[in-house]
Order: sequence, then C-alpha cells, then structure tokens
Amino acid sequence: MSFITLKDVVYSYEDIETEPNAPRAVDGVSMSVEKGEFVAVIGHNGCGKSTIAKHLNAMLLPDSGKVYVDFDDTSDEDKTFDIRKKVGLVLQNPDNQLVASIVEEDVAFGPENLGVEPEEIRKRVDSALKAVGMYEYREHAPFKLSGGQKQRVAIAGILAIRPECIVLDEPTAMLDPNGRSEVMSTLLKLNRERDMTVVLITHYMDEAVLADRVIVMDGGKILTEGTPGEVFSQVELLKKHRLDVPQSAELMYRLKGAGVEVGSIPLNAADCINALEEVLR
Amino acid sequence: MSAILELKGLGYTYGKGTPFEKRAVDGVSLSINKGELVGIIGHTGSGKSTLVQMLNGLIRPTDGQVLLEGRDIWEKPKEIRKIRFRVGMVFQYPEYQLFEETVYKDIAFGPTNMGKTGDELDFAVRSAASFTGLKPELLEKSPFDLSGGEKRRAAIAGVIAMDPDVLVLDEPTAGLDPMGRELLLSQIIQYHKQRKNTVLLVSHSMEDIARVADRIMVMSKSRLVMFEKTKEVFSHGAELEQIGLRVPEITKIMQELKNRGFDIPDGILTVDEAFSVLSRLLKKEGKIW
Amino acid sequence: MVRDVAFGQYFPAKSLIHRLDPRAKLVMFAAYIVIIFCTFNFVSLAVTTAFTVLFVALSGVPFKFYFKSLKVIILIVLITSLLNLFYGSGEPIWQWWIFKITQNGINRAIFVTLRIVCLILASSCLTFSTSPTEMTDAIERLMKPLKVLHFPVHEIAMMMSLALRFIPTLLEETDKIMQAQKARGSDFESGGITKRVRALIPILVPLFVSAFRRAYEIATAMECRCYNGGDGRTRMKSIHLSARDFISFAVLGLVITGVILCNIFLEPAI
Repeated sequence: MSFITLKDVVYSYEDIETEPNAPRAVDGVSMSVEKGEFVAVIGHNGCGKSTIAKHLNAMLLPDSGKVYVDFDDTSDEDKTFDIRKKVGLVLQNPDNQLVASIVEEDVAFGPENLGVEPEEIRKRVDSALKAVGMYEYREHAPFKLSGGQKQRVAIAGILAIRPECIVLDEPTAMLDPNGRSEVMSTLLKLNRERDMTVVLITHYMDEAVLADRVIVMDGGKILTEGTPGEVFSQVELLKKHRLDVPQSAELMYRLKGAGVEVGSIPLNAADCINALEEVLR
Repeated sequence: MSAILELKGLGYTYGKGTPFEKRAVDGVSLSINKGELVGIIGHTGSGKSTLVQMLNGLIRPTDGQVLLEGRDIWEKPKEIRKIRFRVGMVFQYPEYQLFEETVYKDIAFGPTNMGKTGDELDFAVRSAASFTGLKPELLEKSPFDLSGGEKRRAAIAGVIAMDPDVLVLDEPTAGLDPMGRELLLSQIIQYHKQRKNTVLLVSHSMEDIARVADRIMVMSKSRLVMFEKTKEVFSHGAELEQIGLRVPEITKIMQELKNRGFDIPDGILTVDEAFSVLSRLLKKEGKIW
Repeated sequence: MVRDVAFGQYFPAKSLIHRLDPRAKLVMFAAYIVIIFCTFNFVSLAVTTAFTVLFVALSGVPFKFYFKSLKVIILIVLITSLLNLFYGSGEPIWQWWIFKITQNGINRAIFVTLRIVCLILASSCLTFSTSPTEMTDAIERLMKPLKVLHFPVHEIAMMMSLALRFIPTLLEETDKIMQAQKARGSDFESGGITKRVRALIPILVPLFVSAFRRAYEIATAMECRCYNGGDGRTRMKSIHLSARDFISFAVLGLVITGVILCNIFLEPAI
C-alpha cells in the first residue's frame, strides 16, 4: 500500500444521510501518494481539491470511502494525532496560521503541543527555520514579514512537528510573484534534499509543472493524472475545462495542429525555444 | 488627446521628521490621456500602492501635485470627497469591505454618499452589477452568502456604480482561479470599451497586463522608471529583469528566437500573435501549407 | 498611522532585563506601581526615578523607542501637570485671574509628571523586554494555584497570547477597510455624533466578519498543529529563577526600604 491511499472518497459539506441529493464536494476520488513524491493537485475553486487536502490529515473524514495514512484509517479517532504528526497541513492565508508573536515561538507551537522536551524543541525549531531559510528572522514579529516569509514560517511550523509528508492548500494564492517563487523553491528543496513527501494544492499551472505527478480535478472528480508532460500535453481537455495551460505548451500545441512536426510538448520557455529553433532551421 | 490625470513631481514620505522616515514615492511626473487603459507594474514595496492612493486623495502628497482635468485635487481640501467619486478606487481583496444587508444596498453605498436617489440610484446600481456580470437575482441576497468570485464582483460594482471618470483597480484578480481571472479581466475590458473612461490596472500578472494595457507604468524603488506603450515596455526584457520583474513567457520565447537570428518582430504579447507570426514564417519557408 | 504605535511591542535583544524571569518582572512591576505612588518626597522620588532609569538603560532597547511610547501620552502628561500646577494649596507665588501657582502646586506638577513618565518607561521596559508569549506564560504560571478552583488558567493565557498576536494584524486591517470605505465616499470627519457613529458601521461590520473568519481559520491551523488544550504541553523556553532575578529583587527591596524610610523620616513635599 502507498503512504497515503484514498479509496472512493465521497464528502459533502451537508448531511447526505438526510439530504441524499446534497452537492458533493468530493465525489468518488481514489488516489495515492508515495513516500518522497511531489504531487500537485490542480483545478478550479470548488473542484474539491481543498476538501481532499483536509482529508489527508484527518481534519475532515469521508462520508463514504476510506483514507489511509501509513496503514492507519483516518476515521479511527485514536490515531488522529499520530496522523497529524505524520501529515502536516499548511493553509492558504499565512497570517491566520501564525499563532505566536515571535517567529521562533510560533514554530515551537507544534512540538510544544506534542509535549516534546525543551532542548529538543529548540533543536527542531532551529533546524526547521534553517530549512526554510528564515533562521535570521527567528526573533522577528510575524506581522512585519512579507507574505512569502510568513508562509515559509508556517511551513517551518509544520516541519518542527517532524512530519513525513507536508500538504499545502493553495499556499501561494495570496502571495506576490516573489513570495510565490520563495515558497516554491523552499518546497522543491525540501522534496529533493530532504526527501520530504509534498502534496501541493494549487491553481497555478507553472507550479504544477515542477511536480513529479499532477492530478487534475473537476467537479469533485479526478479529470486526469500523470506526469506534467502527460497532463499538459492534453491542451484541448484542459482548455475545455477552462484550466490554464503554460503559454509554451499552448503555442506548440497550436503549431502542431497547423501541421508542424512537434516532438513532445514543451512545458517551459527554454524547452519551447529549443523546440522552435529546431522547427525553424 | 486631452490629459485627464497629470502628476507633477509627485512624492510621498512616510513618518516625515521621525527616525522612521521612509520615502515611498519620489518625483513622479506623467500624464494619462482620457480613455486610456494604463497598466502599473512593480514589486511589492516599489511605491505603486502609495502612488495610486494619492490619485484619489486618500493619501495627501508631501511633494508635488495631482491634477485632475487640469486642477489640483487638493485645491480645496474640504472637498476631497468629491475627487474620490471621480477617481474610483478598487483595493486589493475588495470583498473585505462589504457590509450591508443586501448586495444591492452595498453597491448603492457609494452612489448614495454622492447624493444619488430614486431612479438614478437604481440605474447606477443595476448597470454596475451588470457590468461586473453579477446576476440580478443576487442583488437581494446578503453579500456574505455569495461565493468568493461573486463577492469580488459585488465589491467592484460598488465602485463602478459611482461612475468615476478614472477607475483604479489594485490587483483585481488576486487570489482568483484561472477561470475567475479570465472572466473578470474580460469584464473590465468590456467596461472600459463601453464607458470609454480611463482605467488604471495594477497587477503582478504580466500576461494579464500584456493583454489589456495600452501603456504601462513601471515602478521601482519609489521611482517611475518607464512609461511607454505596452509593446515598447515588454521589448525591454533585460531591463525589466534587472529590477526583478519578468515579461510574459511568450514574449520571452519570441525575443530569444529573434536573438538567435530569426525574422521575428519585437514585443510579441500573446499566444495568438506568436502563432500568426510563426505560421507566416513557416509558410514562407514552405514547412507548412 | 495606527501601526506606528510602539507602545506594547516586544523588542528582541539579549540584555540583562530580557533574560530576567518574566514572572520576576511581573511581580517586580506590580510592586513598582505601588511604590511609585508612595513617593511623597524628593529623595524617594529621586531614588525611584534612578531605579527606573537603571532598568531602562540595562534593557538594551534604543531610547528612541521609549521616546515613541512617551510621545503617545505627552498630552495627558501636559494636561495633568498643568491642572496640578494651578490647583495646589498654600500661599500663591504668582497669580493671574483665577490661576494661581503655589510651591505646593509646582511640587505636585513635578511629582505627577515624573510618576507618569516613570510608569510609562517601566511598562515599556517590561513589554519591550518580554515577548507576549513569555508574558502570558508568566501569567499562566503565576495563576496556576487558581486551577484548583477550576479556573481555566491555560485557556485564558492562550486567549491573551492570541489577542496580543492579532492586535497589529487587526489594526492594519482596520486601516485598509477605512481607506476602502473612504474611497466610496465614507465621511468620518464631519457631522454630529449620530452621523459619526453611523459612519463606523461600514468599518465595524467587515471587521467583525473578518475577525470571525480569522478565528475559524486560526482554530483549524492550531488543530493541524496538534493543539489539544493545555494538558501535556511543554514549553521551548522553560522559565526558572536564577541569580540575576534574586539580585534584581534585592535592588528593588533596597528601593522599597529607601522609600519607606524616606516617608517615615522626611517631611512630605506634597
């Protein structure tokens, strides 16, 4: 079994026992996440991606179907804290996740809740802050930091719990381009250098392109999944569901339609330039 | 063409005379024509937020002047409210300003403050709602029951309802998903085309700005560093990158191809343009028919 | 702007005062408030002022921050000292119309000014040198005995620390909402009292709505970080009394003794 497994998960924000026709936020989703993977889940607002995120650490429990985290069923109440220790969840608004008035005290909040010894907390806090590049800011007040910095502190707050997997629910939606790239490079570093499993919920295609695997959701269901190359070469499907496609992929797709011989669809500017040069020469 | 807004040596210093003094805007002079759609780009902290808040008198400049149709907006400080009705300002995440019991009443807040009543008020509210694509049946709902995208529309309608001569939008699409972004942007273009008034759009999305702006103001470190036609600005890719901004991905691709010796014009801004340029080139060389 | 208020903000540093046990600081501050109002002659006033200056100097916080918090209350100091100046008892030294200045009035003005200034300096010193977490931690521990009476000590401390964390955020938000409503023609500066109160509705409603939304999100975030009430929680910064706390107590003890002795043996100046 995978590290995280979802089996036919159905969830509605209303009570489907009394209201059988209530809209389902998630409608029969099965997916899995392997250890060390970087998975991106994309889709419109209301497609169910955030609801999925909250299922991964037992913040929400499925109405039907099952979620397993490292062999534990999330609906087993005795396991809730074990699951939250293994799967950390970072939310969209960085302001509302920082609970203490000093950066390092905020990062310590998780391990303090778990009853970790003070010296051990100190170690965890320092290493978590170093991992996100915010160690120099450990004594600052959170409200004076930029959005990207706040979000990196929020990530450190989860890292200090020492999870095996970190799930992020649209962590860049409220950030400016600099903040977005700060957060993205932090996540890539954690995944590549520390083998952290990352599940990134986002609506930015340029972020999803960097993942190992992309899952596209629409209307509470999985529309398609695969490597970024596989997913974003389905330009027509994505456009039909009014999802963004990287400009490189869109251009090459249209040229292909016009009869140009194109190999694989490029996902970034550099690849696109090289592919076009080959075509034009 | 006549200028609607003119800035003359405009500057602002926060906390003047204290140890925490900070120059936020420095010596900005420019003039914006009636009916233009101007994009404003720059880093967070480049001074663009302070700059736009001086345009409708929310912040009083410490140096220089803002002229609206040739008259200093601070000529009569007591009447600064009238300026705010003529230069409408939509802030970032404007949905956080909704407060009335119904969407209708909330949109009516601005025009009511202007003194509009009766049919005139009703017309202002309903036409503003339709400009932002808000369905009429939503008008009687509580603004807090709307979806995120609808709230955003309602809030923007609240400013449009004042029928300002100049509409300033500070990142109107921030936090929306691609579909919502696309929809809102096309509604703004629609509004601009129909009312023929001046629109200033602050955005971090170069792709959006490239699609809609006639001219672009580039702010960096409190100063205005460029104010040119959109194509012109985006053909200065290297300079933009130096101040930490980027150009649209498609522009970058086409610029690089040009640098590699292909016959491609400067400042390609959209995938459509790029496609037609490339297919013409490929046809000429007989690679496609 | 509201954000510029320095009063009540932590200033990170590694000074002696910063390293004092926050419980010790709180207890000393409480004792200090009592003695500053028990100074009745110039000698004891000088001793307490010197004591205050010593702490301020040892705090390692640049004086401009103290100056900023003093600036906030300068008007109050001026008004109260003027009132005291003109309402002293005894023989007038100078008189004009209903205003008369007496030696007693001058003394009162000096006392009240110095007392308020010292009080502000001392409380700023406390908040500059003690992070809100340390502060609430100290309150939680000092109130621990009340737990026997089923008093929710941990919950109250948690609420206080969250409130302290979100005050600047909410102030900033108030600022933004005010600007947005002003842009729609809100007028906060003119009209009678009812009109002004009504003008606050467009600010208060969005502020409450957003505060509730925040509260909900914060609760979710806390749960995600395994928060489960106060039981079994540990603290990263364990606080314990050390030699420097006892030295500070001793210094304060000397000051208190000095003030008491002065009050017994010297004539009161007011």
